[in-house]
Amino acid sequence: MSKRVVITGMGIYSCIGTNLEEVRNSLFEGRSGIVIDKERIQFGFKSPLTGMVPAPDLKAVLSRRQRISMGEESEYAYLATVEALEQAKLREEDILQREVGILYGNDSVSKAVIETTDIVRDKRDTQLIGSGAIFKSMNSTVTMNLATIFGLSGVNMTISAACASGSHAIGMGFMFIQQGLQDLIICGGAQEINPYAMASFDGLGVFATDIDHPEQASRPFDKRRTGLVPSGGAATVILESYESAIKRGAPIVAEVVGYGFSSNGGHISTPNIEGPAKAMRRALVQANLRPQDVTYINAHATSTPLGDANEAKAILEVFGGNPYVSSTKSMTGHECWMAGASEIVYSTLMMQHGFIAPNINLVEPDDDIKELNFVSRAIKQEFDIYLSNSFGFGGTNSALVVKKFNE
Amino acid sequence: MNKVSIYQKINEILVDEFEVDEEVISPAASLKESLDLDSLDYVDLVVIIESNFGVKLVEADFAGMVTFQDFYDVVERKIAAKN
Repeated sequence: MSKRVVITGMGIYSCIGTNLEEVRNSLFEGRSGIVIDKERIQFGFKSPLTGMVPAPDLKAVLSRRQRISMGEESEYAYLATVEALEQAKLREEDILQREVGILYGNDSVSKAVIETTDIVRDKRDTQLIGSGAIFKSMNSTVTMNLATIFGLSGVNMTISAACASGSHAIGMGFMFIQQGLQDLIICGGAQEINPYAMASFDGLGVFATDIDHPEQASRPFDKRRTGLVPSGGAATVILESYESAIKRGAPIVAEVVGYGFSSNGGHISTPNIEGPAKAMRRALVQANLRPQDVTYINAHATSTPLGDANEAKAILEVFGGNPYVSSTKSMTGHECWMAGASEIVYSTLMMQHGFIAPNINLVEPDDDIKELNFVSRAIKQEFDIYLSNSFGFGGTNSALVVKKFNE
Repeated sequence: MNKVSIYQKINEILVDEFEVDEEVISPAASLKESLDLDSLDYVDLVVIIESNFGVKLVEADFAGMVTFQDFYDVVERKIAAKN
């Protein structure tokens, strides 16, 4: 018999706030976190637009040994996880006394790799790189650092699935717990923010161009969209079996009920309609829900012309025009490897507090997707079930269905 | 660079970059125990000495190195050899 999987804690470190309360307010107010990064202009970027977070200072809380193995994505993930564990009422000593796992999404460590290579180019001696570099320069850097810091003894791995990494990490955690293999897993997604990480992406010419109005640059589904705005940070979701949560009297925030996945099997960067539709249908089947049961869809929509249009068509095909639809990337930009996890945090905050965050900058949608029930200004709306989409390069798709907790 | 300034500089580095409590540093104290060194820390000692003094410690330099004084002596010798 499969186990129920609940969320008992969430944490967030993003460009629209560095804790749950700030983020909740930003979501309701439709606040953009997009800025101009002048360093990117010098670096040769076509678009210097980006989401930005404050640089964490962890000197007071982590030792030198712990910190030198951490790149910025691990630092963001650490802070998001501390907040999530606190909400889940899990203290350090509780974690050490039981089996806790970690499945986190991450798909680049560009800054660490490039800085390490620069040292070798300069010194011509690998022994002068330093001991932390190897642990910063692997995709699994977040899980290796957090598993060590928190003393985890359960499943421990990183999920790399492009811009769906964070969503698949939660999906995988859901499956592990559902099948009774683990009771408690730290899930999430992290994304570095620096020119190195995004230069080749910028080179594809897919980033937004409205440099004069950063807060209006990310405009998913809007006719005047010109491309995505990169962003980053980290989001953590504590997944737990219902039995475990009840046993230790943990606060239950929501319940994960469906995880759908698929692969487009086509172009490496151009998305289609069938793949995302399949992932959404699979998530619904697994959740044992009908399309009309879903009140809100947090769209993947990144503000690219074709990606948004195809997702909108996939949503129309599976759900029709009934559910409310918005893309929080209009405010946050595209948080890439982190996005699938952060959008679970954003959507769950909305569900907890009875509102739907706006798809800001949506003035006029494409003609053929106008039937969708877009939310372009925040609305107060109680709801019980949402679906969150995340898609990535290589045609990877993930859809998660989350429900308000009910005994 | 004279002996005293080399010692002072090493102590400064250990406090600033290795975050060592100044009070644990004394010439006769055990380097490994005082700094709680593991195998990875030795790699970083090589890096910080090279970046601050322009000399590189090798594995053999650590053989038989017990106290802070031993450490000072090795660095001092390397600097002298370079000059």
